[in-house]
Amino acid sequence: MSEPMLTAAALPRGTLLSAAIRSPSFIAGLLITLVFLGLALTSFFWTPYPYAAQDIPNKLQGLNAEHWFGTDQYGRDVFSMILAGARTSIAVALIAVGVGVGIGVPLGLTAAAQRGNLFDEIIMRGNDLVFAFPALLIAILITAIFGPSATNAVIAIGIFNIPVFARLSRAAALTLWTREFILAARVAGKGKARISLEHILPNILNTLLVQVTIQFSLGILAEAALAYVGLGAQPPTPSWGKMLADSQTLIGLAPHMAVIPGLCIVFTVMGLNLLGDGLSDIFDPRLRRSRT
Amino acid sequence: MSSLLEISNLKLDIGAIPILRDIDLKLEQGKVLGIIGESGSGKSMTALSIMGLAPRGAHLGGSVAYYGENLLQKSEAEMCVMRGRDFGMIFQEPMTALDPLQTIGTQVAGTLLAHGSISRRDASIEADRALERSGLPAEHFPRDRFPHELSGGQRQRVVIAMAIVMRPRLLIADEPTTALDVTTQATILNLLRRLVDDEGMGLMFVTHDLALVAGLASDIAVMRRGEIVEQGPTREIFGRLGHPYTRTLFAASSHVPVRYPAAAGKPVLEVEGLVRDYRLPPRHLFGRPGSFRAVDQVSFTIRRGENVGLVGESGSGKSTLARAIMALDPPQAGRIAVLGEAHDIEGASTQTRRKLQIVFQDPYGSFDPRQRVDILVSEPFYLLGKDAPRGKERQERVARALREVGLAPEDARKYIHEFSGGQRQRIAIARALIIEPALIILDEAVSALDVSIRAQILDLLANLSSRLGISFLFISHDLSVVRAITDRVLVMKAGKIVEQGRTEDVFRNPQQVYTRELIAATPNLERALAGG
Repeated sequence: MSEPMLTAAALPRGTLLSAAIRSPSFIAGLLITLVFLGLALTSFFWTPYPYAAQDIPNKLQGLNAEHWFGTDQYGRDVFSMILAGARTSIAVALIAVGVGVGIGVPLGLTAAAQRGNLFDEIIMRGNDLVFAFPALLIAILITAIFGPSATNAVIAIGIFNIPVFARLSRAAALTLWTREFILAARVAGKGKARISLEHILPNILNTLLVQVTIQFSLGILAEAALAYVGLGAQPPTPSWGKMLADSQTLIGLAPHMAVIPGLCIVFTVMGLNLLGDGLSDIFDPRLRRSRT
Repeated sequence: MSSLLEISNLKLDIGAIPILRDIDLKLEQGKVLGIIGESGSGKSMTALSIMGLAPRGAHLGGSVAYYGENLLQKSEAEMCVMRGRDFGMIFQEPMTALDPLQTIGTQVAGTLLAHGSISRRDASIEADRALERSGLPAEHFPRDRFPHELSGGQRQRVVIAMAIVMRPRLLIADEPTTALDVTTQATILNLLRRLVDDEGMGLMFVTHDLALVAGLASDIAVMRRGEIVEQGPTREIFGRLGHPYTRTLFAASSHVPVRYPAAAGKPVLEVEGLVRDYRLPPRHLFGRPGSFRAVDQVSFTIRRGENVGLVGESGSGKSTLARAIMALDPPQAGRIAVLGEAHDIEGASTQTRRKLQIVFQDPYGSFDPRQRVDILVSEPFYLLGKDAPRGKERQERVARALREVGLAPEDARKYIHEFSGGQRQRIAIARALIIEPALIILDEAVSALDVSIRAQILDLLANLSSRLGISFLFISHDLSVVRAITDRVLVMKAGKIVEQGRTEDVFRNPQQVYTRELIAATPNLERALAGG
């Protein structure tokens, strides 16, 4: 049976804005994301205590009125560290995803447009090469050459993101290239670049958005892993991943040190997931309709 | 003794939406019941309800009695036992109804093994017999073949073998030949007919094609919007044409649009010695790539205002030819000229491309779902480059194109999912019309549409061609449609044009055996009623 007939009159059209207001996941995702971005920005001019200030006599305190989120093994204020760490974690993950999308998606789209050509082969085999190295190995390689820092961690994670997005966008684009509306665009004389930009990209946006949220959370965790082996942000610069790593040996003694940064990561990722979900609904004209 | 199948007062709701209302049907052993309806009429849903396969969230009422037993009161476990054993089902798309990773022998035996108490060996012997009965003898079709090694018609025979392996008494076929060529369709219908006659099965045949069912079914039921509008013996229904809807369907199926063929003018499209090869992957690692000649030395001319039909079975190279003419693929040899000007095959020249447009088969797949209709319809303006109309003039051109095809200018602001299949095909035609081409290629453009919609689109095309002097190249496997709308017809087989001539001449007096076979295999309503 064919899809139900949608009569033209039955569906009032909404604008992007009204669709956004109506999408609960978009609103929830946006709020959560804004809260964490706000935290990160606040840390630039205010934290309850200097995040690097040690206060050994008051170490390993639980949650209390003076130290909302307690203190760590050097007596540093965990709340202050969370605020400052948000900066590092979010920035590292965002930029790494940005690198992956910015380079990977154009590569993937071009490969799909040139399917079977030498160019396609070179790009995809190049991707295989990057995939063949464990991410950590690349990161160690980069830091061995340029020295450990948050910037180099970003570059390392970003490079690892490129083939993820290149492959995904190529695969999604290839199925679209066989569709008749792409043929129709070719009949209209549009070139491959123009078709990729005007027809392919908007139609694979959904898939890409989902992958962005996944890669973002992986980015935060990858930064944590790099920080753990000493290749990420250098002390005393805090990051959520490093806080998690530091708390590992003390988890029985001071569980709040692990739970709080852990929850921050979970909520940020969840917020971004919801935001991505909402965005993909809003940009899809088939789902953009008012509820009556 | 009670009937094989007696449906009374069947009701089906999904949520609050009524899908089926007061369905009463009766089928005896050894008979064929045809269920006719357009898309959305509930004919497939009726078939699925009998099998207990109605979609999740469906509420059923009334009764479906199989030899007096109400199937609607059976549990899922009981139905599982009966499915396959007591009733078999044949689906429309043989490509997707088979598991690509299992051999045909295993798949047919699978039905038997699912019902237990049979050894693997016996099951494969039974499966072998079922395939034999379905017209796939073991010496030509070893049972270790995979579905992809078979043609569409052969695959449909495997599906039929799966359905009949346990000798069910009720066979339900849902559009079993819609995806097949006419000649293949004829052999599958013969097979079903024979199974009914020899084995005394009852066959419920669901279809949208009146001519098909007229030649096969002893009784028919006409459905519309979840209700049966009329039912009875086939000849009585078609003889009387009592209900207005039946009359509409009947008229639409054999609709011939009124045409005023213009005197053929100067040549619009000239094709000379066109060759199109596909590369095949090499057989072994260092072998040379092979090639397959899809279009072989094809030459023909289409004049201004002329409607030319191109018929042939799938794989005969019709669509490949169309793609080459549209410069979507480069040919290996030959020349294509549009209005006397050579077509630049590399696709660099837009001069000749402006004069050609194409309408595709699938009204659902040929539009970018993310863009508004005005953007979609004005897409060919890219061919005009700097001369493309802008702003107000562009809007007016879009509005005019939409009006030409019977839509409102306001529709330009909507998205494509807001339109039905027929409306989408009108939009596709508007998109082709907007740059005032000399030739429009219609590649199976009405094949996916319901008969009443198809009749409207054919009228529209006839009207456009006589009013605007546009030529059409009408590619179709449906000979009755081609006969209704074209002046001249080309018959294509294995990449070559085997016969061409004035449509009436070719249909009345076909010269080639192949053409005769095609015409004979095409279901014909009048012939079926006269002969039946």
